[in-house]
Amino acid sequence: MSENKKWYNLNIDLGLGLNKSKETSGSCGCGKTSGGCNSDNTQNTQNTQPTQSTEISNEDFYEAAIDASIGDERHKDGFEQVFDVKMDRRTAFKKLTASLLIGAGAISSSCSSIAGEDTKEKAQIDWEEQFKGNYKLMSDKEKEGTVNRLMRSYELNTGKTISMTAENAEEDVLFGYAFNISKCQGYMDCVSACVEENNQDRNSEMQYIRIHEMKDGEGLKFDEADDNYYHEVPAEDHFYMGTQCFHCDNPPCVEVCPVQATWKEKDGLVVIDYDWCVGCRYCMAACPYDGRRFNWSKPEVPEAEVNKNQHYLGNRMRKKGVMEKCTFCVQRTRKGKNPACVEACPTGARIFGNLLDPKSTIRWVLENKKVFRLKEDLGTDPKFWYFMD
Amino acid sequence: MRRFKVFKSLVIDSLDTITKGSKKYHIWMGFLTLGMLIGMYCYSIQLEEGLSVTGMSDRVSWGLYISNFTFLVGVAAAAVMLVMPTYILKDIDFKQAVLIGEGLAVAALLMCLAFVVADMGGPSVLWHMIPGIGVFNFPNSMLTWDVLVLNGYLFLNISIPFYILFRHYQGKKSKERVYVPAAILSVFWAVAIHLVTAFLYQGLQARPFWNNALLGPRFLASAFAAGPALIILVLAVIRTFTAFNIPDKTIKKIAMIVTVAAQINLIMLVSELFKEFYAPTHHSQSAYYLFFGLHGKNALLPWIWTAIPLNVLATIMLTFSKLRNNLRVLYVCCFMLFVAIWIEKGFGLIVPGFIPGPYGKIVEYLPTGIEIGVTLGIWAMGAFVFTILARVAIKIELGELRYKKKDTPVSN
Repeated sequence: MSENKKWYNLNIDLGLGLNKSKETSGSCGCGKTSGGCNSDNTQNTQNTQPTQSTEISNEDFYEAAIDASIGDERHKDGFEQVFDVKMDRRTAFKKLTASLLIGAGAISSSCSSIAGEDTKEKAQIDWEEQFKGNYKLMSDKEKEGTVNRLMRSYELNTGKTISMTAENAEEDVLFGYAFNISKCQGYMDCVSACVEENNQDRNSEMQYIRIHEMKDGEGLKFDEADDNYYHEVPAEDHFYMGTQCFHCDNPPCVEVCPVQATWKEKDGLVVIDYDWCVGCRYCMAACPYDGRRFNWSKPEVPEAEVNKNQHYLGNRMRKKGVMEKCTFCVQRTRKGKNPACVEACPTGARIFGNLLDPKSTIRWVLENKKVFRLKEDLGTDPKFWYFMD
Repeated sequence: MRRFKVFKSLVIDSLDTITKGSKKYHIWMGFLTLGMLIGMYCYSIQLEEGLSVTGMSDRVSWGLYISNFTFLVGVAAAAVMLVMPTYILKDIDFKQAVLIGEGLAVAALLMCLAFVVADMGGPSVLWHMIPGIGVFNFPNSMLTWDVLVLNGYLFLNISIPFYILFRHYQGKKSKERVYVPAAILSVFWAVAIHLVTAFLYQGLQARPFWNNALLGPRFLASAFAAGPALIILVLAVIRTFTAFNIPDKTIKKIAMIVTVAAQINLIMLVSELFKEFYAPTHHSQSAYYLFFGLHGKNALLPWIWTAIPLNVLATIMLTFSKLRNNLRVLYVCCFMLFVAIWIEKGFGLIVPGFIPGPYGKIVEYLPTGIEIGVTLGIWAMGAFVFTILARVAIKIELGELRYKKKDTPVSN
């Protein structure tokens, strides 16, 4: 049982890391799926007390129903019946946006009688994309809508088709990663695979993964390590350590974002809505692990090299002025595949899996190896462990 | 409505005031307009190409814009040092200066907002931050707090002087029960804006250089030194160029504030340096980089070693009342202090926060020409706004601008 104990502790760690969201997002983190997880069917993990609010809204609904059936008719007539309707802010804005869209659509299609169908459609898509909401708060239908628009837009612009999905996190899944320092030889196949898989900007040579080359016998001296080497590897008397986004369970980058353009999904992935990001780079300053990248100019990928299997939160094409980062290849992992870096690693130094699955390799590593994480004193609870053989 | 009529007349009169003036005034305004145009041109390049035209990178992701933003929040907050004595402690010596101080706060806040917008990667989607329409991550993100306090303070600093001037414009006295509560609120608000701005950095566990409890208090101390120092310089200019009478007494009292704040600031600097260098830890690396350079990388050395001597020298000179009461010396001291704190609270604070990076990598930062162009443009915009505000305010206070006074000839 002692082996189990170790895992159990780690698990509790994760749970404790969740202390803020514990009441809100249920208790997925503690591994017990009976109570917490099925209460999480609301898409917004930030909004608190799901049960209480349903109770209240039930009463509210009851009153409102009575009001609506008889109450209002006594007082209201004419336009009051239309305008003086109880409505929460979100619905109000939804309706406003909808009417705006209709109006704008009408204007754009009526004013440009000479323009071709494609141009009109493009304008319509651009307009809707510009004024869409935050992906985090979208319903599944809205998610589908934006994904379809983006695919159509790509087709209109390039003549090529892509497949983009918007799979949500699966139940009972919490992704974790382990890195075997003894095995890594610094080949950087993971880096190239990552760049190709995730459509990163080729001009600025953006890379999510950094491989730090360190001297044997000096311990983990990151400040003396070389993370930008161009010589033959493995270099003598050196060892290698990779860093990337650690998908912290208590991510500081998420807290600081002024518009909630970045958040932690239920399967533990810390993701970004590229279209909602305003580009203030506060998250970048808040990340202790150098996990985030910014598009300083328009990212470019040669058409032939574009990976066309995309996910909205993952490797779809970015634009200039927004943040991006490692998503553990959400477009692959939510389909049950390994991230590109894991698949590409020739030495088997990279291990990825579901922390909630007791039979997964990652669980075996956590239970049987002496694992550690970086900068644990900061309380970020990374879901990225290092170990040695 | 009579009020609208008065307001309309005020707008027309103000437009009249700000478009007419001496040759020197026109040259000054022309110069500022040129500055703004250059800034706008540079910004248009930045919009087109992206932030890659600046010196910032993934390693140093905030630079000149955020540095200036941080410093100017302090300048804006400093207006409180005139507001409090005038409206709450009823010290009539400050009466003349307070409107100028508030005008300066308005200009500084507009510059702050402009710097933040200039720093954004996607200014076209800034509506995502508007509460209600977008998603406002309040209270988790300190940036949302900053948006609230900055705009609130801007509103207060526009409305209080506007009320007073509007009354004076009609030849009426302003009612204390109307503006004193607002003034009291603005005193707390001023402290809040700078403290919240400090918390923006202080709350990041990832950046040990910022993550220290003294950052907020030190922000306040340096702000209450640099801000009033700038006000003294501005008052000196106004005294020379207009008929607005600012007695020596007012300037000397403000000088007292500057002195005390500068002394406190210096004490805190010593405390900070002691902590970083007596028992240096891994977290002192940024301070080492700032003051001595690391591994041969020393881009900030000239800056900080300009700032520290200027700061110390100005504070020592101000401490001696003989020197402080000599207006010439005072102006020089104020200028030195202003420059020193601009460097220290701008460049000297923001850039070393990123160096060395999270894994110890040292990549240096130098602003590019375009970045400097935009920055100068925004400063020109601030000066432009302030000149307009001050010019109208002074005319009203001097009694030259009065509602319906146009019929009678104005003796100037």
